[in-house]
Amino acid sequence: MSRMNMLQAINNALDTAMAENEKVLCFGEDVGVFGGVFRATSNLQQKYGKARCFNTPLVEQGIIGFANGLAAQGSVPVAEIQFADYIFPAFDQIVNESAKFRYRSGNLFDVGGLTIRAPYGGGIAGGLYHSQSPEAYFAHTPGLKIVVPRNPHQAKGLLLGAIHDPNPTLFFEPKRLYRASVGEVPDEDYRLPLGEAEVIKEGSDITLLGWGAQMEVIEKAVEMAEKEGISCEIIDLRTILPWDVETVANSVFKTGRLVVTHEAPLTGGFAGEIAATIQDRCFLYLESPIARVTGIDTPFPLVLEKEHLPNHLKVYEAIRASVDF
Amino acid sequence: MTTTKSKVVYSPVFTDGAEFRIPTFKLLKQDGSLYKSAKAPDLDKEKALRIYRAMVTTRILDERMLAAQRQGRLSFYMQCTGEEAAVIGSTAALDDGDMIMAQYREQGALAYRGFSIDEFMNQLFGNELDYGKGRQMPVHYGSKKLNYMTISSPLATQIPQATGYAYGQKMAGEGHCTITYFGEGAASEGDFHAALNMAAVHRVPVIFLCRNNGYAISTPAAEQFAADGVAPRAYGYKMDVIRVDGNDILAMYQATQEARKLAVEHNRPVLIEAMSYRLAAHSSSDDPSGYRSKDEEAVWREKDPILRMRLWLESRKWWSEDDEKQLQENMRREVLETMKRAQKRPPPALDTLVTDVYDEVPPHLAEQFEKVKAHIRKYPDEYPKSAEHAKGGA
Repeated sequence: MSRMNMLQAINNALDTAMAENEKVLCFGEDVGVFGGVFRATSNLQQKYGKARCFNTPLVEQGIIGFANGLAAQGSVPVAEIQFADYIFPAFDQIVNESAKFRYRSGNLFDVGGLTIRAPYGGGIAGGLYHSQSPEAYFAHTPGLKIVVPRNPHQAKGLLLGAIHDPNPTLFFEPKRLYRASVGEVPDEDYRLPLGEAEVIKEGSDITLLGWGAQMEVIEKAVEMAEKEGISCEIIDLRTILPWDVETVANSVFKTGRLVVTHEAPLTGGFAGEIAATIQDRCFLYLESPIARVTGIDTPFPLVLEKEHLPNHLKVYEAIRASVDF
Repeated sequence: MTTTKSKVVYSPVFTDGAEFRIPTFKLLKQDGSLYKSAKAPDLDKEKALRIYRAMVTTRILDERMLAAQRQGRLSFYMQCTGEEAAVIGSTAALDDGDMIMAQYREQGALAYRGFSIDEFMNQLFGNELDYGKGRQMPVHYGSKKLNYMTISSPLATQIPQATGYAYGQKMAGEGHCTITYFGEGAASEGDFHAALNMAAVHRVPVIFLCRNNGYAISTPAAEQFAADGVAPRAYGYKMDVIRVDGNDILAMYQATQEARKLAVEHNRPVLIEAMSYRLAAHSSSDDPSGYRSKDEEAVWREKDPILRMRLWLESRKWWSEDDEKQLQENMRREVLETMKRAQKRPPPALDTLVTDVYDEVPPHLAEQFEKVKAHIRKYPDEYPKSAEHAKGGA
């Protein structure tokens, strides 16, 4: 065990994967000698050489096109997109290529070795283009897996899980927690399962569901609610696609109430998908409408970031409203 | 810091690159004889005939399958007519272990590598033997054993993938390269530029083969770019480039042979611009009479690459009128027979609807599939292709 922040845990996961398998390659903008603008790939070029950890030209569609080709060839590419806000030039390569490679070839070819890492989310005064949470765009694409970790331990285990998963995986890293989240992380290789949510805390009155940086927000809100005697169950979804319906539904059977929260805007956000599925599964068990606490439907603001974001107070209010319904 | 080393001037001087006019490499005249100072590449009889047979196979397959589409037996088709030398001449210059990442008009490359007529037909009819399990429109072939990446409809996506694939080949150190084919229209896509730049920067063994066939559906090359074709772009990436008469089988073969050496032995990516003409329509859904003249087509019909090669073969005494007659008859018969067989085969099983989305069918998809099957069981007459398959299950 070592004490690490989330960046160190991610760096450690990449180091672990590269040490074990020489087919693992890390690349992206500024990923090489500099180690990435957030330093997630620090020292990897020094350790594994320029052929396995390198800078690419500044072209996201090229990075993912290149990564798709490498994965089809049998390499294990871990491509970094510097900010999730800049993933859109690669949308075609991800949605039309990575996601459909296996299906369209009848399993002759696949890009299962592909992992795409990208920092996402607000809270760093990043404004419109260094703050977005684009998970829902990709969740609409069968063939992809989407994973979001909440802390250093989860980050290492889930990233190694993603790298070894035989399907193309998007790994969105909550950059607000890169240095803020610190915890004990095993030094060895360990892989957390994809597609499985985790019940972090059991409770009986209401279920709170989120992922990534939003888990911290949920914990603060729950602290407030529990002081008022509301027993809260907290679930970290961890994998957005394919998501763990059973764990969430089983929780809602028990509590009868659900609050889903994410930073991305409300309309078309992934909370809508969860709400639709859970009302279908748990209709007769629900005591109140499923609540969504999300960013509002604006581009991501700068000065008024706090007003925009679904913070602990807004989540707390949703808990109260649900319980008092 | 800059890597550009240029001389300094003290008044504004603009350049337009006009000094970089790129010549066209040719060896073979239309009458099958060599140009005066040209020398035929090292191509033995066996390989020459393998190339020629693949060209004729492609032409006949294209003719018959377009006719089948017109008869309503097939939903869609795309012909390679006029570009057989550009595709097959280049593929023949590679090692059969090299990867091919094509656009969609390169069935000739597969014919050369040995894809059987049955294999073509199974894909075209999307039957139970189609490697792609009936999921893609006709002509989206793929073959693992022949190192031919399954075709994807979105244009140019295969180009940066080829750069990545070839980077992996370089890392593996087995002396292989990747060739990627695309049209001059697809070369306008951002993926093209990304791919060439990354290949040059990372010294990747990849050959970019642009089939400049004059048209992107209806848009003529003159409305696609203002420059002298696609080739000059290579300078901007510091990449070796050659422009070749795409209807000249010998020139295509030799240019690609040399390009492969640069790629595999020196890790230098190469751009080849094959100048040709799409004699047929873009696809069976297109009608060129709306955007180009019969006279223009007639000029290019006179430059038929297959006839040109045949005349060369005959001049070497490697091919005769009888050989031609026999090949034509055999191919036509085989195409017709296999078409009948393929058409009769059943469609892929119903579960291929949900397999291969992921390595395994995830629970949510399995649940959706059960609902689809239950629905089909309720209305079996409405789903004749799958009613039988839906009988199993809950």
